[in-house]
Amino acid sequence: MQFKWTLGIAALVSVALLASACATPTPGAQPTAAPKAGSIAINGAGATFPFPLYSRWFYDYAFVDTAAKFNYQSIGSGGGIAQITAKTVDFGASDAILTDAQYTAAKNIQMIPTVAGAIVPTYNLKADDGKVITATIKFPFTAIADIYLGKIKKWNDPILAQANPDLKLPNKDILVVRRSDGSGTTYAFTDYLSQVSPEWKDKVGTANSVKWPVEGIGGKGNEGVAANVAQNDGAIGYVELAYAKQNALAYGSVQNQAGEYATASVATVQAAMSDFGTNLGDKLALSIANAPSKTAWPLATYTYLLIYMDQTDCVKGKTVINFIKWAITDPAAEKSATALDYIPLPDAVRTQVVKKLGQVTCNGKPIQ
Amino acid sequence: MKQTPQPLWLKTFTRQIQHGDVIFRALTILASLIILATFVAIGFELWQNTTLAREKFGLSFLTSDEWDPVQQQFGALPTIYGTLQTSLFALLLALPLGLGIAIFLAELAPTWLRAPLGYVVELLAAVPSVVYGLWGLYVYLPNFVKPTAQFLNGTFGFLPLFEGPVYGPSRFAASLILTIMILPTISALCRDVLLAIPNTQREAALALGATKWEMISQVLIPYGLSGILGTAILGLGRALGETIAVTMVIGNNRDLSPSILHPGYTMASIIANEFAEATEEIYLQALIEVGLVLFFITLALNVLARLLVWSVARRTPSELRA
Repeated sequence: MQFKWTLGIAALVSVALLASACATPTPGAQPTAAPKAGSIAINGAGATFPFPLYSRWFYDYAFVDTAAKFNYQSIGSGGGIAQITAKTVDFGASDAILTDAQYTAAKNIQMIPTVAGAIVPTYNLKADDGKVITATIKFPFTAIADIYLGKIKKWNDPILAQANPDLKLPNKDILVVRRSDGSGTTYAFTDYLSQVSPEWKDKVGTANSVKWPVEGIGGKGNEGVAANVAQNDGAIGYVELAYAKQNALAYGSVQNQAGEYATASVATVQAAMSDFGTNLGDKLALSIANAPSKTAWPLATYTYLLIYMDQTDCVKGKTVINFIKWAITDPAAEKSATALDYIPLPDAVRTQVVKKLGQVTCNGKPIQ
Repeated sequence: MKQTPQPLWLKTFTRQIQHGDVIFRALTILASLIILATFVAIGFELWQNTTLAREKFGLSFLTSDEWDPVQQQFGALPTIYGTLQTSLFALLLALPLGLGIAIFLAELAPTWLRAPLGYVVELLAAVPSVVYGLWGLYVYLPNFVKPTAQFLNGTFGFLPLFEGPVYGPSRFAASLILTIMILPTISALCRDVLLAIPNTQREAALALGATKWEMISQVLIPYGLSGILGTAILGLGRALGETIAVTMVIGNNRDLSPSILHPGYTMASIIANEFAEATEEIYLQALIEVGLVLFFITLALNVLARLLVWSVARRTPSELRA
């Protein structure tokens, strides 16, 4: 009887061995034919801001190329940059433009703009008669920067009052609400502030998280900012246009570089992209904040995919490139983007990106 | 056929194997070693991955309130302060409340009510913290926390602890959310502590003519004090590390004022907020160092609390048993 234990364990081990032996596929059994559905697994990681759109695109693209199977981890731009640098993923994604050090660390990396997003100022303000102001508040050129710098403290500040003569702005303190989590939205917002206000650029700068001169309330995510604005009379915050539209928030118009008051929309953001479209440069990455033309919305930013210009796995490389080409040129992909309130690239930008994608190689040889 | 006698050592060995005692013992030792190893490994990893930040900032990391990702200057003081203030305040509220629930469940509630009420209390512990966070942000904050904060500010505003202005998101809001979150732990464990007290203690107290109140306050609580303090440690542990729910209601502001009604920041929330999008090495390391500080603070508070429990436990049995 004393060997019962040992016997039992031996039996278990042998069963397990047998099972694993059966599960191992015999190498070379499958002849090289058309790739099976979902057989090319592409892994990506990065920014959370474009995640809803990317997952939609991957879903749509599964019908275009049945062999491709995309898997995207929305772990944040930082994680995306780190993983593509370490080459643990096939593509990365980032809202922020790579720094010089990051370019050096990931040799031959290329940023590919896919869509743009717009940021809007949202507010909650009751007039002196107790009624919520639903009309669009106009923000003069540097007003938002001055509010976030703490130089404009009251809603009836002469700068705001002059721009909005028909609104009776009350004598109330402005409560600044901003994102507490590191985010591409904050990057775009602070990028705009740095462009319009030298003082902001000097004191604070542009980043996913910054040291806010007026800390106010930090809300987590768009929903955190929106909830804190909604709960505090006199609050101002910034959220993505998509979020503001889907939740019917009041958002302001902003005076752009040309002196016109612009409202965020597909057309005005595309105008901003086109403004910078002719000189995107080799890096294909640049700020589109504070665009010069009359119709341009000044608070906008690209979001990017990160790929290597020389791919090491030709099958995967080809799949990734084809997918990106599809995403930025196919009308169906564009429709998905606008339905989710992301702004598709205008033609001027698109041609440059497609040209760049054509130069991607695999182990030194052209793809396709 | 003549059987050769087995040597004695083999006999003992097989007997032990047969009974499984040795195996069982080895397995339990292994299980407890895994805990210890994990603990050491976490500490080691945190230490190892913060070399750059520790060298650059030194001890000023603990005393500086600067947190500037652009200039790469980091200090954890506001988050340390926020974590301690919210956790201790939550414990201060949750301990008497939880003890009250426990006393009711263990001693006073009619039998038919005990089980269902007990389940409900334990169910609170099963609610995911992100649900607490969202509920806190959309319901608790505007409808309960903010009016309460405004009342405190209006009535006791002359005290630095209740200074205005009141916005809603605050260390106070975080404390109140934490109170709810640690309440089930504290009340369920306190109830078990009370139930574990032998009935002879109650009978002896009642036989001496004690009222129910006297029995509970003078016999049961002193008898179970070390256990009750133990549950407080567990509650505090959860409060110190709670992340998402706190992040959503605290306002994430590096405020250092004494007022609990001001927005604040905690160590866990700054990590949750900024880790995902931190791209620079020194920035990442600063965030990991915040984790290291939290690790040490949790450790230190636990050791302190454990010492307190020991000193109480040494004293109680002989002196206070009825």
